Amino acid sequence: MSRDKKWELRLYIAGRTEKSVAALSNLKRYCEEHLKGQYRIEVIDLMLKPQLAEGDQILAVPTLVRKVPEPIRKIIGDLSDQEKVLVGLNIIPA
Amino acid sequence: MSKKKTTDKRPPGRHLQKTLTGIAGLDEITGGGLPTGRPTLICGGAGCGKTLLSTEFIVRGATLFDEPGVFMAFEESAEELAINVASLGFDLEQLQKERKIKIDHVHIERSEIEETGAYDLEGLFIRLGYAIDSIGAKRVVLDTIENLFGGLSNVGILRAELRRLFHWLKEKGVTAIITAESGEGKLTRQGLEEYVSDCVIMLDHRVIDQVSTRRLRIVKYRGSVHGTNEYPFLIDEEGLSVLPITSLNLEKVVTTERVSTGIPALDKMMGGKGFYQGGSILVSGTAGTGKTSIAAYFANQTCSDGNKCIYFAFEESPRQIVRNMRSIGLDLETHMKNGLLQFHASRPTLHGLEMHLVSIYKLIKQFKPQAIILDPITNLVTVGAMADVKAMLIRLVDFLQNEQITVMFTALTLNSTVSEQTDEGVSSLVDTWLLVRDIESNGERNRGLYVIKSRGMKHSNQVREFIISDDGLDLVDVYLGPEGVLTGSAREAQQIEERTGVALQDYAIDAKDREINRRRKVLESKILSLQTEFESTEEELNKIYTQEELKKQVVERSRQEMLRLRRGDSADDKMKEKNEQR
Repeated sequence: MSRDKKWELRLYIAGRTEKSVAALSNLKRYCEEHLKGQYRIEVIDLMLKPQLAEGDQILAVPTLVRKVPEPIRKIIGDLSDQEKVLVGLNIIPA
Repeated sequence: MSKKKTTDKRPPGRHLQKTLTGIAGLDEITGGGLPTGRPTLICGGAGCGKTLLSTEFIVRGATLFDEPGVFMAFEESAEELAINVASLGFDLEQLQKERKIKIDHVHIERSEIEETGAYDLEGLFIRLGYAIDSIGAKRVVLDTIENLFGGLSNVGILRAELRRLFHWLKEKGVTAIITAESGEGKLTRQGLEEYVSDCVIMLDHRVIDQVSTRRLRIVKYRGSVHGTNEYPFLIDEEGLSVLPITSLNLEKVVTTERVSTGIPALDKMMGGKGFYQGGSILVSGTAGTGKTSIAAYFANQTCSDGNKCIYFAFEESPRQIVRNMRSIGLDLETHMKNGLLQFHASRPTLHGLEMHLVSIYKLIKQFKPQAIILDPITNLVTVGAMADVKAMLIRLVDFLQNEQITVMFTALTLNSTVSEQTDEGVSSLVDTWLLVRDIESNGERNRGLYVIKSRGMKHSNQVREFIISDDGLDLVDVYLGPEGVLTGSAREAQQIEERTGVALQDYAIDAKDREINRRRKVLESKILSLQTEFESTEEELNKIYTQEELKKQVVERSRQEMLRLRRGDSADDKMKEKNEQR
């Protein structure tokens, strides 16, 4: 992984549900494994900030949005499938 | 007392509350609008007007009923939507600024979405909830929510979430419209009708004989009576309008007021007063018999009386009609400038029959004329079967009679025999039927006008010759000669002949008079001579008589003389003698 790459990830959740807790812990685990020191995770709880849902076109929760690097990618669900998440975020090649 | 009062009162909410849509005609056929606080499903094929109907629902709600609305667009972006409905005079951007409506464009790009594991659509709920709360929306449109099925692959989750969404909408108490594409043999592709079951409206866009007609049908409306027919609807520069005229009850207002036909001689044929206000008149005839002229005269008369008139032309353009009518001395342009006369020209093939009906209906509602003219109705056959045309006209006449508007139809007949023609079968529908017919004789064609029927008034049974000249229209009595009805030049000839006859007769009478005069004079002179003769004879006779008398006197005198001489007596004696003699 190149060092200059900075990963900005945003996880949209709606309250502390089972799915959102699972998604967050899954995400943290993958990032620690593959992007140590190169990532930043922002968790947005739509229950608290509903006005933010429109901006990233959020429908489903949890939704993980890769803001940087571009292009924007979205992964919805509890992120239980590690390979799908890593491929989806383009961390490992498909 | 108070107990009785409460038992009489029905509990609030038992009745289905309805929300007016503000869409012309839709509120009438739904009996007051869509069910309040419940979702309504609007389904139909592509391009049938679903988005437009739902947009109008939101806009009318915001502008007419002060009910803010949220429009959640799954297909078009807010900008696209604003542009699309700007042509209808809806300013979505302004309404958004005024916080009367909120448009939320939900964009799902399948290529940038991965799905792993369980999820729900809480994000959508939150978005919608936020939008509703931010402007206090009473109305919600989801257009077209089925697009979610294209963006997300887990159908199981989607279905469960949609069911939850509709339930949630009900709880929110918003009046919602959900649009959906109709699928093969089903109302909607994804079977949304399973979830939204309170009110389902189906839109349809059919093309028959290359003419398209939009129709609307209420498939179901739980807890409410509603019209079940297919109603034609129209999308024009003012939005959508549904046409609810199908009632055919015969309880109409009638009036005994009469309106002039514009042709004094025709008025005279119709009992001297003309048509009934609110009546229907059919003018039929073969090509070039002056049907349009009669119609234009009627329009002119209506406007001259200060009333409004709409002229629907299906054959000629307004300019053409104005020009042509100027040639017979009619100035329609002034009426147009005064705003009393409106022309609406459209090719019959422009749209289907129902559309024509809807547009006529709309124009009448706007302009509120006292009379309308349809010229000619026969051209409508090009866009519909005979039966359809008749059905349309029945509905139109029905509507017009309710509005007390006089209508004049013109119809082209192809054959000149009265019994064979049906005139789209409207002849039984109309109150007055004028027929203009060609009368051909002596190598020329003339027009004859008949009043075939005219309900409720005395009307002439005479054929009149119908004359179109530079000065306008006139009706002239035809001549019944030994060879039948005389018209045109034959009539003129007959008139000349009769004038000659009169002159000759006059001369003859003169001659006789003189002869009698002469004879009288002769007789008079004869009488005079006879009188003279009589006088001379009488004189003669008198002369003789006088002579005799004189003679007698002389004789007597001489005898007396002689007697005196003989006796020489005194006078007394003379007297005695005289007595003796006696």
